[in-house]
Amino acid sequence: MRDLIDEIFVTAFEPAEMEDQARLADEAMRAAGARLAFTTDSFVVSPLEFPGGDIGTLAVNGTVNDLAVGGARPLWLSAAFILEEGFEIVRLRRIARSMARAAAAAGVAIVTGDTKVVGRGSADGLFVTTSGIGVIPPGRELGEVHVRPGDVAIVSGVLGDHGAAILVARGDMALSVDLESDCQPLNGLMDAVLAAVPEVRAARDATRGGLAAVLNEVAGAARCGVVIDEAALPLRDEVTGLCEILGLDPLYLANEGTLVLFVPPGRAAAALDAMRATEAGRGAVAVGRAVADHPGMVVMRTALGGERIVDMLVGDQLPRIC
Amino acid sequence: MKFSSEFRDPELARGVLTAIARTVAEIGATAERPVRIMEICGGHTHAIFRNGIDRLVPEGLEFIHGPGCPVCVLPMARVDEAVRIARLPGVVFTTFGDAMRVPGTLGSLNQAKAEGADIRMVYSPLDALELARRLPDREIVFFGLGFETTTPSTALTIRQARDEGVTNFTVFCNHIAVTPPLRVLLEDPHMLLDGFIGPGHVSMVIGTRPYAFIANEFGKPIVVAGFEPLDLLQSVLMVLRQIRDGRAEVENQYARVVPEAGNPVALAVCDEVYEPRRSFEWRGLGEIDRSGLRIREAYADFDAERRFEIGYGARSAADPDGCACGEVMTGRLKPFQCPQFGTGCTPRMPLGALMVSSEGACAACYQYGGQRRPEPVG
Repeated sequence: MRDLIDEIFVTAFEPAEMEDQARLADEAMRAAGARLAFTTDSFVVSPLEFPGGDIGTLAVNGTVNDLAVGGARPLWLSAAFILEEGFEIVRLRRIARSMARAAAAAGVAIVTGDTKVVGRGSADGLFVTTSGIGVIPPGRELGEVHVRPGDVAIVSGVLGDHGAAILVARGDMALSVDLESDCQPLNGLMDAVLAAVPEVRAARDATRGGLAAVLNEVAGAARCGVVIDEAALPLRDEVTGLCEILGLDPLYLANEGTLVLFVPPGRAAAALDAMRATEAGRGAVAVGRAVADHPGMVVMRTALGGERIVDMLVGDQLPRIC
Repeated sequence: MKFSSEFRDPELARGVLTAIARTVAEIGATAERPVRIMEICGGHTHAIFRNGIDRLVPEGLEFIHGPGCPVCVLPMARVDEAVRIARLPGVVFTTFGDAMRVPGTLGSLNQAKAEGADIRMVYSPLDALELARRLPDREIVFFGLGFETTTPSTALTIRQARDEGVTNFTVFCNHIAVTPPLRVLLEDPHMLLDGFIGPGHVSMVIGTRPYAFIANEFGKPIVVAGFEPLDLLQSVLMVLRQIRDGRAEVENQYARVVPEAGNPVALAVCDEVYEPRRSFEWRGLGEIDRSGLRIREAYADFDAERRFEIGYGARSAADPDGCACGEVMTGRLKPFQCPQFGTGCTPRMPLGALMVSSEGACAACYQYGGQRRPEPVG
């Protein structure tokens, strides 16, 4: 059993050596002033496989994106698996292969890993933890604290596809909606935009808590306000419709491949051009800006011309009764 | 899925807003002596804050947020009973999502779930019935909540369970009717309301006739409204014009969905499955005559109150000290005028039910900005 599981991962990830540790070297680390970036994240999702991805692609892209939005070039990942006894081998192999494909697409190597099997009922199928190492080139300094009033907020594409696709994929609702998760690596998009606009102040991927969470974090860290324009938000009709039916707000739906950038006002057009030239950034639009007013607070101008605050979400969004 | 963007057209909205401002001026209402319109339904409360409508209307117009959020008016004692049922061995307790966080004296269903009770969120009572078919060894209980909008679907599910001979499915019935609390509000001598926005979805079932007493006995206008921003604005204008012209009528802005006679099929199945309780407690409003429904004797096998021998009113539970949900719900206090608002009572740690559901006046006000821009009190 043990060997079988090991074999699945070794076959899929093809690590360079079979020691317990990965031994790593990269030219980029030698540059004076270069820094290592190191991050980790655990992934749980139900269902484990969904339109547009699975827990494996989430685990790869999630960690790749955590590195990329900090300005790092992602290089190596570790992957640790907690499996519930009885988990289908066929399924595990499928997920391992899709992780390998996701890693190849992102240009990273999965260099080490671990597997534990726990008794039935002690885990929900499969949990995955990935850690990632990347290199930040000298002089690159992205951070929410650098955002200034006037900076333009840009998103790389439609919002809420992942959260909505997962909701539908759970199959709890008799709704058939053609939606796919946006799960994708953002390092290529980050490279493109940073090459064109090195002045980018801050970048984030709008995962859990959606765009609303990212904007609130920026407003808090930079001690400025953020104003967004409801009419500018890129949303698919399917996502808007689903949210209407369930009483959810797409601003809080998770994304797994959507970048949020803050750039100085004069550089927004250049950033948008660079983003739109890439596949992942084809739908990039400016959605708002940082302001000196109401520090720490995100305000949305509604399509109707009104105003409302966009707060952090408390707990999970719960569908309304009627 | 495509939804109705034409009901959100900013150009049209500006036109209606101008007419609203003109009519408020014609009535002679001011910030000191405002026209007070109650939107009865929690869905309307949510839509008002979410679209920023509260900040678009003139100062002389004030929205009072009514008792139409079913989760918000659920009394603590009933939440406690729900938690007790959910903790029983063998029970799978199923509920709509927004009831999960409502605090009772024993905590919320969410807390009971964390402590090991098998509580599952469903989107429809039919999901609960499906669970009963799939898990024949478990007792599946559905938390029947809501106004006439959800009452028929619960009734139909109960009838289907009977027709299929399902024996492990019961409903903990807390369904309520929308008009009885309106009478209570209108009979209150301190009542300050000038008109009403009537609930759209409820009226789809009950029609517009049950509101006649509001116009005929109490001389107040009511307009049944849809939920899109323009629906709401147009309905507000219709109420204002009635006030200006000295009329008190039941008008239907939402005629594309609401027939005058409602839905006779839905009403018939409700009448078959439920009977009115002598009285039912509303959080913040107290006991109200014939305002709640219970399951009829003919369907006793599907009644969780009978199955688990809890009945109604076996135990009572007072609202927590300092909770002013009642005053807010009757329009005597605005959400941010409650001393607990945003301090002792937040969406994270709700003290009162109005802070729990996103349709609750306090939660909507807190989430969308009321608390950070308090208007002058008084």
